[in-house]
Amino acid sequence: MSNHTLSVLVENVPGVLARVSGLFSRRGFNIESLAVGPTENPEVSRMTIVVAVEELPLEQVTKQLNKLVNVIKIVELDPASSVQRELLLVKVRADATVRSQVLETVQLFRAKVVDVSPEALTIEATGTSDKIGALLRMLEPYGVRELVQSGMVAVGRGARSITATSTR
Amino acid sequence: MTSATSRSETNAGPTAPASSSQSGARPKPAPPAGTPVRVTGAQSLVRSLEAVGVEVVFGIPGGTILPAYDPLLDSTKVRHVLVRHEQGAGHAATGYAQATGKVGVCMATSGPGATNLVTPLADANMDSVPVVAITGQQTRALIGTDAFQEADICGITMPITKHNFLVTDPVDIPRVIAEAFHLASTGRPGPVLVDIPKDVLQEATSFSWPPELHLPGYRPTLRPHGKQVREAARLITQARRPVLYVGGGVLKAQASEQLRELAELTGIPVVTTLMARGAFPDSHRQHLGMPGMHGSVAAVAAMQRADLLVALGARFDDRVTGQLSSFAPDAAVVHADIDPAEISKNRKADVPIVGDCAEIIGELIAAVKAETERDGKADLTPWWTQVDSWRETFPAGYEWPADGTLSPQYVIERIGEIVGPDAIYAAGVGQHQMWAAQFIKYENPRTWINSGGLGTMGFAVPAAMGAQFGAPGKQVWAIDGDGCFQMTNQELATCAIEGAPIKVAVINNGNLGMVRQWQNLFYAERYSNTDLGTHKHRIPDFTLLAEALGCAGLRCETKEEVDDVIRRAMEINDRPVVIDFVVGKDAQVWPMVAAGTGNDEIMAARGIRPLFDDDEVSQ
Repeated sequence: MSNHTLSVLVENVPGVLARVSGLFSRRGFNIESLAVGPTENPEVSRMTIVVAVEELPLEQVTKQLNKLVNVIKIVELDPASSVQRELLLVKVRADATVRSQVLETVQLFRAKVVDVSPEALTIEATGTSDKIGALLRMLEPYGVRELVQSGMVAVGRGARSITATSTR
Repeated sequence: MTSATSRSETNAGPTAPASSSQSGARPKPAPPAGTPVRVTGAQSLVRSLEAVGVEVVFGIPGGTILPAYDPLLDSTKVRHVLVRHEQGAGHAATGYAQATGKVGVCMATSGPGATNLVTPLADANMDSVPVVAITGQQTRALIGTDAFQEADICGITMPITKHNFLVTDPVDIPRVIAEAFHLASTGRPGPVLVDIPKDVLQEATSFSWPPELHLPGYRPTLRPHGKQVREAARLITQARRPVLYVGGGVLKAQASEQLRELAELTGIPVVTTLMARGAFPDSHRQHLGMPGMHGSVAAVAAMQRADLLVALGARFDDRVTGQLSSFAPDAAVVHADIDPAEISKNRKADVPIVGDCAEIIGELIAAVKAETERDGKADLTPWWTQVDSWRETFPAGYEWPADGTLSPQYVIERIGEIVGPDAIYAAGVGQHQMWAAQFIKYENPRTWINSGGLGTMGFAVPAAMGAQFGAPGKQVWAIDGDGCFQMTNQELATCAIEGAPIKVAVINNGNLGMVRQWQNLFYAERYSNTDLGTHKHRIPDFTLLAEALGCAGLRCETKEEVDDVIRRAMEINDRPVVIDFVVGKDAQVWPMVAAGTGNDEIMAARGIRPLFDDDEVSQ
């Protein structure tokens, strides 16, 4: 099975997230990650859904999603021609003895320290799943006290916008 | 706030079902379309229902929907039928919709009223029936507080409706009602629920019609793709062993005429699924009957040996395909459906065609003509020879019970023959349903109403009631089982009082017959909890029950009485009739493909396997 990234434009109305997530669970499709937020149009929200399915079930996922009345448009984003990002906030044990080593790792990954205390650092990082994974592997030896991660968001490369074309 | 038109007329009387005709002039002319008038949310709802053309609403009032029932009392266009249970309202709406092709409407209060609609909504969803359900809801401020009779009916029905709405502003009511009816009746039809809080119904608002629909994500494809149609036509003219696999979508699209033309143009054998009985005349030479678990041997065998299946508004349901991996192994598939998600869902389509079946079949006819003119078409004579030999060797039939009891198949067959193909037949779920599908001959669309996808026991009586309101001039027969009948027979009181003189043939074998059949075949004849005692104790006595519910109650226990009792029932038209047909408990539904096995394993009758080692057709 491979991961597919779907950008789903939905009407910004109550219950739409429940409709989408309910569809996935009752049809037996697994969501790897789901992120939802506003778009340039206040009436439209955009969901980025990562699903782990084969080609044929993916077609079913897309068709079933399209049947939801509040779903306006679905586009599959190819990793090669889109920018994909996740956000990570991680609290790492870092007393004076290791703080400089942790900070060095933060710099290497072009991450940011967003909170400091005598025992711990809170680090913010954005990037692909691979980069976030690599950073976490580097930080684990110091002791991860708390970790929170967003679902992936993604946008196609180039000037074209998925909201601009009328077909779906 | 003003009521723009005052109406004095009451609803039609008990002997005039579905009479929506108005007598007398309306007191005030309606304001021109589009002019907003001040009304309450409830008045806006009733006016919206009138504006979309609703004739009958099946429902029960209660706390939160009460405001809507007040202006409903004054409506001369919308007749409300007070049912005995909300499930009856839902199935009646379905029966009405199936008989007329219009949207069926049901109404209930919040909480238990709304949750009682869950089964009929799930049923309508599985069978793609256009139904709109309107439910009351607790006031906006109380939503989410576990208030009295509060249920999150939008959340509950999300997976079993095409769409649903919670109205939070009374000004939205006309738009939401218009959208609900549009969604229910277009594309692949289905149930839509509109949940309206009590204070939204009470609040002052403005009403104007027509509202503007706002459904940016809803654009059903109606016109088929020309290239796909031409490709399908090429396969159709070249195939040597083709079958037209006709589903309920053909009835929904009102495409029976076109289907007949296509069938006769191509000469291809036709099978009609449980949902499509009546879409193609049973008397037609090219009709092989119903496919699937209890289909005819000819229909099942033809699909198994086909080199081309042309699926029209069908969905390759497991009850049709049997074990999917061994279904129609040599067949290429042309799959035409209005719902793109059905195509290649179960069986991969070689030629997918998305669109309305009437349009698709119309274009297929033209494309097949063009293709035939250019390249001729394959000779189907050898195929028909094969198909006819199946038909002749394994005709539909049954054996009389060895114990001398009345044969249920005979009863149902006689009803079909005496009552005829102009009546409407509704069935419950189980053995009697399969026999009614097999032994009644359907000649016309919308004459067979049943619960196909969900398999809802208790469907027959309320569905027949709904059909009678939709077709007051027709005879409506419910073919029911004694198990099913005991689930929903309270609606006979509704039928008696509101003037729906349906006939109910209770095929009373004293048992949950289909379950008993499976216990007989697959559970070593261990009959766990299938004996209802209706024979042993005659509890209930169906004739007395019928009388108590305001119906005529008749009983028939011998072959000699059958014709006579059917004719007597046909003569009683001032009230509903219930006939208790006391039949043997050991009759079984054959042919049968056991669940989970392949269609090649079809048994024509116990111990008779027609397709075993069959190698007659090989090209």
